Amino acid sequence: MSTLGLTLVHTKYNLLETLRVPIAVIGTVVFPTLAFCLFVLPQRMVTSDPGFATQAVASMVVFAYMSAGLFSIGLDLAEQRSKPWAPYLRTLPGSPAARIGGILLATLVAATVAMVPLLIVGGLFTSATAPLPQLLAAIGLVILTAIPSALIGFVIGTTAGPKAAIAITQVAMFLLAFGGGLFLPPVLFPDWLDLASKFLPIRQAREIVVAAALGDAIPLWAVLGIIAWTAVLGTLAVVLYRRDEGRRYR
Amino acid sequence: MTALVHARALTKRYGDTLALDAVDLQIDDGECVGLLGPNGAGKTTFLSLVEGLRHPTSGSVELFGGDPRSSSSRLRLGSTPQATALPESLKVGEVIDYVGAHFPRRAPRDAIIEEFGLGAFVDKQCGSLSGGQQRRVSVALAFVGDPELVLLDEPTTGLDVDARRALWAAVRARHAAGCAIVVTSHHLEEIEQLAERVVVIDGGRVRADDTVSAVVAGVSRRRLTVAGVGAAQLSRLDPSATVTEDADGTATAVVADSDALVRALVASGIAFHDLSVRGATLEEAFLTITKGAH
Repeated sequence: MSTLGLTLVHTKYNLLETLRVPIAVIGTVVFPTLAFCLFVLPQRMVTSDPGFATQAVASMVVFAYMSAGLFSIGLDLAEQRSKPWAPYLRTLPGSPAARIGGILLATLVAATVAMVPLLIVGGLFTSATAPLPQLLAAIGLVILTAIPSALIGFVIGTTAGPKAAIAITQVAMFLLAFGGGLFLPPVLFPDWLDLASKFLPIRQAREIVVAAALGDAIPLWAVLGIIAWTAVLGTLAVVLYRRDEGRRYR
Repeated sequence: MTALVHARALTKRYGDTLALDAVDLQIDDGECVGLLGPNGAGKTTFLSLVEGLRHPTSGSVELFGGDPRSSSSRLRLGSTPQATALPESLKVGEVIDYVGAHFPRRAPRDAIIEEFGLGAFVDKQCGSLSGGQQRRVSVALAFVGDPELVLLDEPTTGLDVDARRALWAAVRARHAAGCAIVVTSHHLEEIEQLAERVVVIDGGRVRADDTVSAVVAGVSRRRLTVAGVGAAQLSRLDPSATVTEDADGTATAVVADSDALVRALVASGIAFHDLSVRGATLEEAFLTITKGAH
């Protein structure tokens, strides 16, 4: 079977495993919408202004993809690696890219499902608005720009044990979400923080998605930055996967 | 004859622990080899190097003439996950399809189900199976890709007698059809049932590599317990014995020739009592062999 075919096989069974644990599905799908209802909806100043509201919805969608990447991949992988099934899969023929790709695709599918209620709530209860072409462009770009988060999850899951992965993921998620301007809009940042933030893949993802949703020009620095992050993290993921020997005794 | 596995001075270290120490081993087409040794002897480490899961520290191992870490070398290799390793929420049939998708020449799903008697629970999630059923699924997975070499690591641990016999019969049928098999175990009986050639591994080294009957004779030991005799006295009567003494004064000797020791004991005139003799377990036998090697 081709690597692409095998990637889809891995995607299918990853999704099946997730779907059979309903509470995990609910957590992934409900969490971003819930956060939006609690933190964004009460702020009349944000929700009544079309520009601010669109930015807020876009930021929360970026957050949904980021947390799916960090949590689903980082924690699941760390957990799987501590059990003998993951080493067993590595003894099968087939490219390692198929397994990495399968986990990535399954996570993107789950995050895309989580985006739907978020867009509905944002569309109905705020003045956020985007013409269809801009909306579709933003959705396409949020999926593409989620790849670095997924790779960060992959790196955490491949290097940390299950307990350590929980701690690392929580810290990483908080720092990246705050530093990336998902909790506070970057216009409120002091200059030094704004500059530092521009080097984070999450900030770059946010700028790209927000610009696409608002129909603004996408900043070049964000595009270059996120391509660089994807290349570096992708290489790191493959190197770590090849070097990984699982637990010492299986 | 083609070498399916060829290890040369294969060495694996985990930090300070030497798990495999310069192992030379060749496994040929259609062979059925038992890897026998106590826990921690290096059997599983050897298999993990052949499966490409780990890098050798030094030396080399070839699988079908290639590097086991490149996936094309593993196209004709089958192995088993540990029993508890099956993904809990996937159904047995799905796991078979999942694994099968990795192989270009996969066996028909129904044939595998029939061969390993999985029909009764093929639609159940793996998490709901009994330990024995999970074992059967795990062993069946090794054959899904129509392999030429299968590695079975402790295949029947935790199975009852009937299930064990059934599984052995299925594995023997595959071997008769031309598939080479490497089976690890610390049960001598399992090795006797399946293998023609036995490789004894202990302390990371190959201690013996011979036919089943030769190795069985070599590791066959009797365990003799007796009260009223000191450990030192027993050692004098049979210097090759491994002797221990309990707090209550019972001495235990693991020996190659228990008859000779009993005769010597009687001839010595020591007033012993509560004598009993039984076959030593493989673990006990290994301790004496290892003692002899040092």
